[in-house]
Amino acid sequence: MSQNLETFVKHVCRENGNDAGRMMDICRAVQAEFRCVSPEAMTLIAQECNCDRSQVEGVVSFYHFFSTKKQGEVVIWLCDDVIDEMKGSADVAEALKQELGVDFGQTTTDGKFTLGWTPCMGLPDQAPAAMINEELVTNLTGDKIREMVRELRAGASVKDLVKVPGDGMNADPRLNTMVSNNIRVKGPVIFADIENAVGLKAALAKTPEEVIEEVKTSGLRGRGGAGFSTGLKWMFTRGAEGEQKYIMCNADEGEPGTFKDRIILTECADMVFEGMTIAGYAIGSTEGVLYLRGEYAYMKEYLDSVLEERRDAGLLGKNVAGKEGFDYDIRVQLGAGAYVCGEESALISSCEGTRGDVKTRPPYPAQKGYKGKPTSVNNVETFASVNRIFVNSGQWFSATGSCGSSGTKLLSVSGDCKRPGIYEVPFGMKLIDFLKMCGGEDAIAVQVGGPSGELVNPDAFGRSIEYDDLATGGSMMVFGPGRDVLKVASKFLEFFVEESCGYCTPCRAGNVFIKERLDRIIDGKGDKDDIAYLEQLCNTVKVTSRCGLGQTSPNPVTSTLKNFRGEYESRIQENPDRMELSFDINAELTEAAAITGRMSEHF
Amino acid sequence: MEQNLEAITFTIDGVEVQGMPGQTILEAAEEAGIYVPRLCQLKGITPHGSCRVCTVKVGGSWTCAACTQPIYEGMEVDNSSEEIQTLRKDLVEMLFTEGNHYCMFCDKSGNCELQAMAYRMGIMAPKYPYIYPEAELDASHPDLFIDRNRCILCARCVNTAQEQDGKSVFDFAGRGPHKKIIVNGEKLSDTQLAAADKAADACPVGAILPKKGAYAKPVGARDYDDAPIGSDIEAKVCK
Repeated sequence: MSQNLETFVKHVCRENGNDAGRMMDICRAVQAEFRCVSPEAMTLIAQECNCDRSQVEGVVSFYHFFSTKKQGEVVIWLCDDVIDEMKGSADVAEALKQELGVDFGQTTTDGKFTLGWTPCMGLPDQAPAAMINEELVTNLTGDKIREMVRELRAGASVKDLVKVPGDGMNADPRLNTMVSNNIRVKGPVIFADIENAVGLKAALAKTPEEVIEEVKTSGLRGRGGAGFSTGLKWMFTRGAEGEQKYIMCNADEGEPGTFKDRIILTECADMVFEGMTIAGYAIGSTEGVLYLRGEYAYMKEYLDSVLEERRDAGLLGKNVAGKEGFDYDIRVQLGAGAYVCGEESALISSCEGTRGDVKTRPPYPAQKGYKGKPTSVNNVETFASVNRIFVNSGQWFSATGSCGSSGTKLLSVSGDCKRPGIYEVPFGMKLIDFLKMCGGEDAIAVQVGGPSGELVNPDAFGRSIEYDDLATGGSMMVFGPGRDVLKVASKFLEFFVEESCGYCTPCRAGNVFIKERLDRIIDGKGDKDDIAYLEQLCNTVKVTSRCGLGQTSPNPVTSTLKNFRGEYESRIQENPDRMELSFDINAELTEAAAITGRMSEHF
Repeated sequence: MEQNLEAITFTIDGVEVQGMPGQTILEAAEEAGIYVPRLCQLKGITPHGSCRVCTVKVGGSWTCAACTQPIYEGMEVDNSSEEIQTLRKDLVEMLFTEGNHYCMFCDKSGNCELQAMAYRMGIMAPKYPYIYPEAELDASHPDLFIDRNRCILCARCVNTAQEQDGKSVFDFAGRGPHKKIIVNGEKLSDTQLAAADKAADACPVGAILPKKGAYAKPVGARDYDDAPIGSDIEAKVCK
């Protein structure tokens, strides 16, 4: 075993150029082969890559899908997103526990199965879902998962679990997955027909400066949610000092409830790569990296093959599309389970083979990004939109949507609605019209923009979906009558506690305290002071956190305090004596009572 | 500071201050004899920006860490409003309750920056609940030990070892509330850390301490017995 490990690590490190910058790929390979990255493996990797052992340990301990302890041959990650919970993930969890005889976080004694929870994996429209090794399984029930476990135990491979593949490219042999697209409404930007290389050639006929001007004319803003002007970002990156520059595509779609990038990459991968190529030309780059979230590892082989086709067609490589002197290529970098890596500088850290820590700003990535060079990080949907802009025109693009939010937006809808899935709609659509479209008009609440967005009540249904009103990176979670919005908020806080990188105090500790007090109120043990306490605490976390994660993590509480205040007020108790309501003296004495064999006489 | 063409003029709490391009708010303030409370920042090493205790408000609209934000012409910095003081107090209280800080018997007591900061800010008892995390102690090294119960994850040891001692000794593992300081090896004695290293003395709290000489300074002679933390910086302004 030890000999095997050494040989394998040496081999994998050599394949990755003995480059510590490729730590993610190295750790992923070791994890896949040995089902863990053991302390011994860490020492070996450090030796082979000539880096600190602590760097390896830092990485292995940071990402959800790496483990220092040996996992089972089959690892089942059940999604514990709030929508999965609404759709019955508890039943699936119970079935798994019974069938495997272990709890979550454990491995069966025969070393065959490991059971774990994982946050939203981008399948809430076909929940409950799970990731079994790298295979995504959807629409689960207790019986269905039992059957899958039995098959696997009998020797089936995870691919054998795919009986009926999903629609569109999901059925392509390179994907062959049971995942479905659920495209409900097609719009003119992303889902309209498009011919390969037309946009690219149109862009290459212009100067890089003209390309940037065209994107500025389109009014295109970042589709990941922040909404920064794409043209400006490219202009800054182009203008920054540095010989080498990089384009990065953020496909770390981790905001719970968002799954639009999964569909774009499945159905329109060429558009994304073409947008990246145009961007590379515009800023003066020769290399692009698409950072793909670990949950979408099943797409890696497919995306690599699309890249290969583009190389064969002369659309990547030397003199791209016949443009003399423009050399450009793209590689796909896999993540390993970390929401924070969707933050652009954390994404860069991860690509550099370190912990997914957010970098100190300034400098901004446009000045000093990947490997210290000027880097433009844009969203999957942004790049696909860029491709369309050069097939039609910037002016054409800006004529769609609303003032300040041009173009269309892909919305990923899940929860209590009749037609969950993907909708490409023009910006500026009223929320109520959208709810009618997806069959969610009974909603009592809609989470717009995922947990880091806002939970709105029906008073807001007349507002419009655009950057300057109800902004969203694509996540729309619908909650119908009877749903407890405070429990939803608590679930989101649980997510942020787990996904905080732990770098800064407010996000690392503050979110734990927010959740504690919210749960106290949900349990009926809160008083009026707890509301004031939460308001101050949320503000502190919001304004002192170092990055977008902590700056938005209190939103589930601040938005419910604002839009569902009655839910808090109806649960708090009068507390005239100012007692500590959450303190239960009998519960505290239970252990002592058990030891002494008698209950206290006083309580 | 001498005036020259390059100097940047800005204000802190309405007082005009001058600094040089590239300086952070904290550095420029310090030269002007204005103390910005801080824990993770240590003079001479790259600012880490993690404790956020140096949070200031700029132009009445946005907040940032004074230790990492460069100054610019005309910047208006709020370093002392009640709003800012409340934020800082909350952060210091969080650092206390997320760890296990037992000042009464800690040998860093009186010399501890976290404790001194709490005194300076008038914190009597933190309002947040104690988490009581489980934390490991590493006493494998002959001269030094790590007590992670008291670590505030400021990275001063990490960066001092790297930048001033030229050694890789410390790093971080885990994330969120499980983030912890680790060493470059399986235990502290595997590393090149020596008692005379600057990193051995970089810890603001009692997480990295020498094995011999505990409680060496008697009460009354400890670093913060006479004057609050930051007094040395503020004293400059009178001179």
